[in-house]
Amino acid sequence: MKHLLTTKDLTRDEAELILDVTEQMAEAVTGREVPKLPALRGRTVVNLFYEDSTRTRTSFETAAKRLSADVVNFAAKTSSVNKGESLRDTALTLQAMGADAVVIRHPAAGAPQRLTEWLDGAVLNAGDGTHAHPTQALLDAYTMKRRLGGVEGRTVAIVGDILHSRVARSNVWLLSKLGANVRLIGPPTLLPKDIDGWPVEIGYDLDASLKGVDAVMMLRVQRERQNAAFFPTAGEYSRLYGLDERRLALLPDHAIVMHPGPMNRGMEIAATVADSPRATITEQVTNGVWVRMAVLYLLLTNGEAR
Amino acid sequence: MTDLLIKSADLIGRGRQDVLVRDGRVAEIGSIDAKGAETVDADGLVLLPGLVDLHTHLREPGREDAETVHTGTRAAAKGGYTAVCAMANSHPVADTAGVVEQVAALGRAAGYADVQPIGAVSVGLAGERLAEIGAMAHSAAKVRMFSDDGHCVSDPVLMRRALEYVKTFGGLVAQHAEEPRLTEGAQMNEGAVSAELGLPGWPAVAEEAIIARDVLLAEYTGARVHFCHVSTARSVDIIREAKARGAKVTAEVCPHHLLLTDEAARSYDPVYKVNPPLRREADVAVLRAALAEGVIDAVATDHAPHAPQDKQCEWAAARPGMLGLETALSISVLALGGPAGVDWDVLAERTSRTPARIAGLEAHGRDPRPGAEANFTLVDPAATWTVVPEGLASLSRNTPYAGMELPVTVQATFLRGRATVLNGAVLPNDSEEETTE
Repeated sequence: MKHLLTTKDLTRDEAELILDVTEQMAEAVTGREVPKLPALRGRTVVNLFYEDSTRTRTSFETAAKRLSADVVNFAAKTSSVNKGESLRDTALTLQAMGADAVVIRHPAAGAPQRLTEWLDGAVLNAGDGTHAHPTQALLDAYTMKRRLGGVEGRTVAIVGDILHSRVARSNVWLLSKLGANVRLIGPPTLLPKDIDGWPVEIGYDLDASLKGVDAVMMLRVQRERQNAAFFPTAGEYSRLYGLDERRLALLPDHAIVMHPGPMNRGMEIAATVADSPRATITEQVTNGVWVRMAVLYLLLTNGEAR
Repeated sequence: MTDLLIKSADLIGRGRQDVLVRDGRVAEIGSIDAKGAETVDADGLVLLPGLVDLHTHLREPGREDAETVHTGTRAAAKGGYTAVCAMANSHPVADTAGVVEQVAALGRAAGYADVQPIGAVSVGLAGERLAEIGAMAHSAAKVRMFSDDGHCVSDPVLMRRALEYVKTFGGLVAQHAEEPRLTEGAQMNEGAVSAELGLPGWPAVAEEAIIARDVLLAEYTGARVHFCHVSTARSVDIIREAKARGAKVTAEVCPHHLLLTDEAARSYDPVYKVNPPLRREADVAVLRAALAEGVIDAVATDHAPHAPQDKQCEWAAARPGMLGLETALSISVLALGGPAGVDWDVLAERTSRTPARIAGLEAHGRDPRPGAEANFTLVDPAATWTVVPEGLASLSRNTPYAGMELPVTVQATFLRGRATVLNGAVLPNDSEEETTE
């Protein structure tokens, strides 16, 4: 693995290796007085964020620092891809500075892949447009592994705005690769066209789709989508596709509720559900740090000297 | 001007003849022994009427960093063209007599191919009110074709009025068929590949809906409509049905839509970003068949040069469009059966005669016969070449065919008897001896 751009490119072995190393990272650091490992001492990791995402940037920053890497937060212009320095010039600048790894979040799908053409260092996709968010999928898989004892054979419902979700796409490829049954549920307006070839079941009826699931993953839905006629009103969306207490009761007792955050409480998820013990939302955040440590470690050391 | 003798050329695949050219016109055809004539040995070469492009972006005025009339027509000559129709989306827009006359004059000054300006339908391509179509039609540039290409004339009232208006001088409207509400933010063909790549989709129906509407408007008004860069299988169905009813409808297809598919977007390299986008394999097959059959009337390049910074960026930030003039002949041959299977007469029909008739270019798209202007190209059907962006005559480098080996080379191009290309190389023009190449 030179880069991590999408979970679609990962082999099952690579994905399982990342999840194994994630567990090792969690074990190595948890309970330590100084939660740091020396693995990436002297290496420079650049966080290149073109979208405001304090959550994800902080998670990557924490992961890199726990591996003793030097972290540079490169303030990229977020207002428009057409203004300011071009992505290529920024890449050439980072290259000249000797970045060992670049963690990029960008509103344009494919921007991380373009970056690999201009940089020698490792490129780690922290979310590109509506394309991919591989570390989110990996942390989701890791969370399922912890809470459900594994991914193979488990049934996962991903609910909501699939069309605009890089989280959904990355989970489809990763979870199916790891042997899970994936269901995508949402209104047809928020499902991509021509996805018959995806390794998923597709449903429009949330109640029916919740039967027998081991995990349900609620996606953030932007209220503004109603202005583009993706759904009539936030209220109707919530009634049809929101996870409330009544629907929570439809789930098997062991099933978990996941959300990549940030949540719209009262929209796709009721506040009581988000705060219920079955929700893994804060655990996902914690696991995100371990996963990102594992990925940075594997990309920057080729898994050597473990 | 000394006489020119083209020796032993295979005239449009019908057999070998010599062609004697005098004062820019064909003087004689047969077995000719002309002493003192400049002789071009065309043994093994096929002579075609010079290619005519209905859809070229020459970028001048406004984006001379991407292409100029001079460099664009050099590229045209190198690709076997003797005439190109220059699209109106320059800066300023070709929406006045002044701009179209300037573009035509630049073409004459360059001398590599006849440049027929296309006028804008609406002022500034804004789609709000008609440009001075009559002034452009009656200008020295004699504009007959009008297009807001790059933008669809989506307002049905404006389209109706434009169609009615151009009837006064036998003109036509060339429509860029794209319902803009269905393509807001669109980046590539909507389908399985866009779903996976997370790039907003450009649905085929956005093209088909406008073509269906404009077929009906053309029939209702009795006017001529031409569809630019038809890219989908259903568009072909609609056009076939319209022609069967006798509607005055013509259509073009671009070389890239005859060869490439949306799979190319997986690289996220914007050299494959174009509007309308690359479609599915099934569309390519239908477009090829429709071109062979004649439902699609012509190959048009949509030659769209772009400066490096407009392509060396993320996909969404890149400008759409790709070079076409120097590769169109090769790809047309590929699409029409390959060098061994191609019917040269059909090739001449789709790349020269029909586009010349659509554009109203009387002297172009004519087979060699005594008295006709000597606008020809000589192609080597047995040769192949590899596309090297740096080796192209265009000022820009955004070819999607870099590294590909293509069939058929252009050995020579003649514009009114003067060689613009000889032995595969563009010749300097007499009028530009002082300029540096």
